[in-house]
Amino acid sequence: MAFPDRIERSVELAQPPSTVWAALTTAEGLSAWFGDKATIDLRLGGAAEMTFRSGLTVDMRVERVEEPTVFGFTWRVPDLPEGDPRRTYVEFTLEAVGDGTRLRVVETGFAQLPDDSRRQTYDSHAQGWAAELGELAGYLDAA
Amino acid sequence: MRPDAEAIAEQVFTALADPTRRAILATLAAQGPATGTDLADRLPITRQAIAKHLALLADAGLVTPEPGERRRVRYRLRSAPMEVAQQFLAALAHDWDDRLAALRDHLDRSSPALTTPDSESE
Repeated sequence: MAFPDRIERSVELAQPPSTVWAALTTAEGLSAWFGDKATIDLRLGGAAEMTFRSGLTVDMRVERVEEPTVFGFTWRVPDLPEGDPRRTYVEFTLEAVGDGTRLRVVETGFAQLPDDSRRQTYDSHAQGWAAELGELAGYLDAA
Repeated sequence: MRPDAEAIAEQVFTALADPTRRAILATLAAQGPATGTDLADRLPITRQAIAKHLALLADAGLVTPEPGERRRVRYRLRSAPMEVAQQFLAALAHDWDDRLAALRDHLDRSSPALTTPDSESE
């Protein structure tokens, strides 16, 4: 399948799962490696927010909390309109290996389509995207 | 049958690969809905070539014809397929290699391991 629906990576880290867990699930940890600023309400359905150096802020929703082995969240695909229902799901799995941790991350959902009712909503709101599409036009003009 | 994401993304990228179609889409994006004649006035392309490209873009769902003034058909940019293509780009841009490298650096800085992982691994 050429459309990449699923991204999967695995890394071995020298620190134990409890340390890695804190880096993944606390505002302090997340802001140290993931985004520039982070907030997180670590419970099922809790809200989290990540602000990147570019200024982009992405809202996240906590979907799985099984300390210290599974942490999952969904977030919006960047550059889709605010309120778009499509979200990708990111799941971290931590496994103790010796003194360290094998961390696996899987992100899925890139190939999902908006359902037809949403698609009509897009069409009726097509003019609302004028500003963003104007940026595309500027980019294309400059190219 | 609904087209799949792959087919939609392919149509978007095919449309964007052609400079004339990029110019048409860019004009519609920048200036809003326009008729074929409007586009021929604004772009250095013949009316015939514009009609041909608009038909292709409409087939791909990237523009949609609608009634304009004086019973002329005008074309409006349709963003939904672009958003599907955007998901494809997002999958390429979600750089987990860089992120996980940053996580490793952070952990090594803030919680140095007691033993070096190099000594036993592989």
